[in-house]
Amino acid sequence: MTIRHHLSDPLMMAYAAGELPEAFSLVVATHVSLCNECRAALAGFEAVGGAVLDASPAAGISDHCLQATLARLGQPDPAPVVTPRKRGTLPSPLQDYVGGDVDRVKWRSIGMGVRQAILPTGPGGSARLLHIPAGQSVPDHGHRGLELTLVLQGAFRDDCDRFGPGDVEIATEALDHTPVAEAGQDCICLAATDARLRFKNLIPRLAQPFFRI
Amino acid sequence: MLRVRDAQDKAAFSDLFRHFAPRIKAFLMKSGASATLAEECAQDVMATVWQKAGQFDPARASVATWVYTIARNRRIDALRRSRRPEPEALDWGPESEPDQADIYEVAQEHLRLGAALAALPDKQRALIERAYYGDLSHSEIAHETGLPLGTIKSRIRLALDRLRHQMS
Repeated sequence: MTIRHHLSDPLMMAYAAGELPEAFSLVVATHVSLCNECRAALAGFEAVGGAVLDASPAAGISDHCLQATLARLGQPDPAPVVTPRKRGTLPSPLQDYVGGDVDRVKWRSIGMGVRQAILPTGPGGSARLLHIPAGQSVPDHGHRGLELTLVLQGAFRDDCDRFGPGDVEIATEALDHTPVAEAGQDCICLAATDARLRFKNLIPRLAQPFFRI
Repeated sequence: MLRVRDAQDKAAFSDLFRHFAPRIKAFLMKSGASATLAEECAQDVMATVWQKAGQFDPARASVATWVYTIARNRRIDALRRSRRPEPEALDWGPESEPDQADIYEVAQEHLRLGAALAALPDKQRALIERAYYGDLSHSEIAHETGLPLGTIKSRIRLALDRLRHQMS
């Protein structure tokens, strides 16, 4: 897998700081699972967190606290056994949300052959899987906020570039785009937004409240 | 930390506690926790450090970085009450003996990073600290940190490439 489109530094830093909405965190965790470069960048931003913690001015803590903590220490956990990678189309953070691989996704049609599945994430954003038939386009849309789209299978093209497996497109309000799935293989993506999409076309716009996109 | 991990040494743990617990408390208060909650959480974090010491790998991260990730996760649970998806864990394998050169490099990187953070102009350092205290949204975070992350990234990148190579 050759990944050409990566996460941005501010997104990585916000994830390392634990401050991204859950939907975006899911995209970051999934991309990092596939991408060594971003895994290394994440370790760098976590190291900054370590430096910030170390440089924090010490707040007063009583010796009683230490005694109380010592009193509750039990037997440490045995060294962890890493569960082997779950083979499949979806990396493990995503499988945790779906409850399995692609065959377990509960798709709903949203028209023109496109299917989606909303994933249960907390406030501040929404995440969904999209299944776009090979050669099919997703309705032309703009964004009010930020949209991250991570390709899991197949590829799509839009006005900006081509996005293949593992690539992330970071789309802001400035971008109006019409992603088209490449011929050959159906495209499966994970998309997260912090605001509703803005469709140019009336029909998808009418359908929006029903499909929560 | 290694004495805590390998010998379950409570005196060594007490030293770690005296260094980190006051800093974790301060860190969490900057994130909006009350003094009482921050102190409780600092104790929880240190208890987790003891409990999960077996996961600490000095060739991958400094003690401060490892403690930071535990404190961050505790904050997400306690203050944000949300879930944080984690990347797929990698199996570094039992045969991968920690490389002494890597351990040394991690410690050096930590010192360099601390010095670089301290040397930043006040305004820039404050922005980075606020990002980690959870006081900035992702859209408010600057693209350029002014911190030397290149060596950390390339060292980890090399280790990951070696690992993928072994697995394939």
